[in-house]
Amino acid sequence: MTAIPCCCFRRSLVVDMFAVSDKHIAVDALREQLMDPGAGGLCVFEGWVRNENEGRTVERLEYEVYEPLAVSEGEKVIAEAKEQFPHLQACCVHRSGLLEIGDCAVWVGVAAPHRDEAFKACRYIIDQIKVRLPIWKKEHYIDGDSGWVNCERCANV
Amino acid sequence: MKTIKVRYFAMFREHAGLGEETLQLDVTTALDVFEQTHARHGSTEPSGHCKVAINDEMAEWSSSVNDGDTVLLFPPVAGG
Repeated sequence: MTAIPCCCFRRSLVVDMFAVSDKHIAVDALREQLMDPGAGGLCVFEGWVRNENEGRTVERLEYEVYEPLAVSEGEKVIAEAKEQFPHLQACCVHRSGLLEIGDCAVWVGVAAPHRDEAFKACRYIIDQIKVRLPIWKKEHYIDGDSGWVNCERCANV
Repeated sequence: MKTIKVRYFAMFREHAGLGEETLQLDVTTALDVFEQTHARHGSTEPSGHCKVAINDEMAEWSSSVNDGDTVLLFPPVAGG
């Protein structure tokens, strides 16, 4: 499988960005991109495809993404994190298409001078991405059935 | 009546059996579009769980729709 370091396309321009990829997420390249002499640490969240949901055995996942608005909204989320926690570098990549168990579905990295803002900003970014971006997840079960997953927080609105 | 292009995603696309359609609708707001197309395609998801965009900008259910607009109807999202 070819690894695409999505965030490196604009490395010379800006680090803070959101990208959608239909390829395996090259996490090492993303981590390297966030390295900064002023950063004292990197907080990373990786969302993985797990083999079970609500008692049903999941065989694979399919992500549908409306990319134009997912990217613009994702970039807004990262900009909001930067407003709340100055001096951080952040990047996020979300997968689209078919994913297998254990695949990385989403990667969020935040480098900051101190750990507290790195943890908080990383948490803010992944939480907002889950409830705001036009991304949908379809689970394919071992019995051949499939179904769209409703985000818990959205379903409780 | 206004000419509105409506785009459906994920479960809405599956319910409608198509990704988009152009309709003549007597509507004022995005919510009007949601309710009229929901009735048309038999969807039951409440608007409070869903999101809407107009001409590729995120919008509110109370946002006005104009003749020629493209309204994007998003079922409950589930990124991450």
